[in-house]
Amino acid sequence: MARIEIDGIEKRFGRTPVLRGIDLDVRAGEFLSLVGPSGCGKSTLLRIIAGLTREDRGTIRLAGASVDQLPARDRDFAMVFQNYALYPHLTVAENIAVPLVMRRLTAAQRLPFVGRHLAGSRAARAAIEADVTRVAETLGITKLAHRRPGELSGGQRQRVALGRAMVRRPKAFLMDEPLSNLDAKLRVEMRAEIASLHHRLETTFVYVTHDQAEAMTMSDRIAVMMDGTILQIGTPDEVYADPDTLSVAEFVGSPKINVIAADADLATALGLDIGRVPDPQGLRLAFRAEAVELVEAAGAQLSGSIVHLENFGSDLMVHVATATATAPLLVRRDPHDPRPRIGETWGLSIRPDRLLAFDKAGRRLRSVVGGRA
Amino acid sequence: MTEMSRSAALPRQPVETERVRRPHEERAAWRLVAPAAMLIILILALPMAAVVALSLTDYQLGAEAWRFVGAANYADLAADPVFWRSIVNTVVYVVEVVAGSTALGLATALMLQGSSILAPVWRTVFFLPVMASLIAMAIVWEFMLHPTFGLVNGMLGLVGIAPVNWLQNSATALPALAVIGIWQQFGFAMVLFLAGLSGIPQALYDAAEMDGAPSAWSRFRLVTWPLLAPVTLFVVVISTIRSFQVFDTVHALTKGGPNKATEVLLYTMYAEGFEFFRTGRAAAIAVLFVAAMLVLTLTKVVVVEKRIHLK
Repeated sequence: MARIEIDGIEKRFGRTPVLRGIDLDVRAGEFLSLVGPSGCGKSTLLRIIAGLTREDRGTIRLAGASVDQLPARDRDFAMVFQNYALYPHLTVAENIAVPLVMRRLTAAQRLPFVGRHLAGSRAARAAIEADVTRVAETLGITKLAHRRPGELSGGQRQRVALGRAMVRRPKAFLMDEPLSNLDAKLRVEMRAEIASLHHRLETTFVYVTHDQAEAMTMSDRIAVMMDGTILQIGTPDEVYADPDTLSVAEFVGSPKINVIAADADLATALGLDIGRVPDPQGLRLAFRAEAVELVEAAGAQLSGSIVHLENFGSDLMVHVATATATAPLLVRRDPHDPRPRIGETWGLSIRPDRLLAFDKAGRRLRSVVGGRA
Repeated sequence: MTEMSRSAALPRQPVETERVRRPHEERAAWRLVAPAAMLIILILALPMAAVVALSLTDYQLGAEAWRFVGAANYADLAADPVFWRSIVNTVVYVVEVVAGSTALGLATALMLQGSSILAPVWRTVFFLPVMASLIAMAIVWEFMLHPTFGLVNGMLGLVGIAPVNWLQNSATALPALAVIGIWQQFGFAMVLFLAGLSGIPQALYDAAEMDGAPSAWSRFRLVTWPLLAPVTLFVVVISTIRSFQVFDTVHALTKGGPNKATEVLLYTMYAEGFEFFRTGRAAAIAVLFVAAMLVLTLTKVVVVEKRIHLK
């Protein structure tokens, strides 16, 4: 368990800047997710933390000491890869044992045939075997110990990859989209499993994902990355309810946040202090589907006709086409409430404390509405 | 694993159609197969049968009469020290060339892998001998190995080593031919290994690094070598088959000498058939040679294409 301080990391591939000055402080023992669309640099940042890629500028400190000069194997991190990266010719047990074999046995002891009979080799190998068995039991893959990765399902391979990472008690776990190759149902299961693993191990986790749902459900804190910069760092609640930019608001949360371009009249009608907006041109307002209600069309600030209903069982998503927004606005409704019908015209009532205002450049305007922060 | 060997490693599943074959379909099938079958019979099966038949006779090239002698040619061969010498020589040559070209091919592939902008140039240079006509290259080698003005002795002279008559010394003639064989074949192994190396996912090297593999050698042992195993096996079998067929260099450079030191199977067959005109005996050697090839090819089919597949 260790704190990882990331300070002014820059990286370019050829002439393309990939990371433009990343500052991030991963607290000891926390589960931090790096989330962002593909190509935002999150995997590169993780590889730089791991030591697999060299940064052009900046410093990584582990528990206060710089690790910039340390090769990946000496940084004492464990990594789980997107495609698992299991050694195809080794059995499950052998795969999990590799980090221990590499670190506990000498080069001579690792030799085939001869190595087994060298001094201390038998005891060390027995200890490794015991550790591997313990990890396999924790992950429920004891029965698979003698199979090879090619004979396993995706979920089983994922467990083996986790086992290989866990067996050594590293200072931190680095995970690079570990669930993206699994099917949707398994992904949800593994999400819970990895989160509970984090609670049990009490180790620092840095978790890279493009799936905001994974980041939201598992993390202590989320760092939202786009175009090589971190846009916002905060708890899932903060990032969801109090985004700093429109990009963050749009990226986080499912369904996507509603955005409308608002002129001065509409903004005033919605309760905005328009006088405090520096540049009312290009003002955009955003609100979540659960922060808006259907009301009588007469007298509502915003109204439109219903174009689509999505019933999730737990929620009913009402798609309302309005004159002010190009895409239909989403309204969450309890499926047990009276249901509106497609084609009907309804008004929308937005909770003023959940209304978010952004300027032309997409920066949050906090002073003009009574946001929750 | 390479694309090539991966596709070769696909398990072949018997295709079972549940349709009932109708007679006219069967006739059509035979008609469609007929041209190819005819060709195979004409250019493969008939000549083979002729060779087998010849090997059971005392036919001599140009002779008007011949007798059926049963297995006499084979019995003669079994009692002939030259024949046994040529088998031993061939096996020694094959072992040397296979080991040498596989090791050198792997080494150059590892060195050329990835980075350098000159890599394509080197790749072409190393592959040239594979494509070149060996008989022409043999002449070049003859000059290089020439005892008085050859490049090899010249170079050795610079470091104070006395000149050696490489091709006329019975201790060095076969190893010299093996070096030429390695020189000719390792480019082929290199290309196969390069393909194999490009098929190893980078993530495995990253994993090895994270798992603490301390040196390039340990990463080679943990990742590269095991993942190249199918390619290596393929290379070994293919170059065994190829080096078994050594003839051009022997014919051009040593004619089996000195003192039968470079007598190899195909050269013995050639000498029997076209120098001593004992066609029957030559045919017997050819039959044995084809049988050996068949065994090797079957090994390749069974071992390389069926059993070895890592996934």
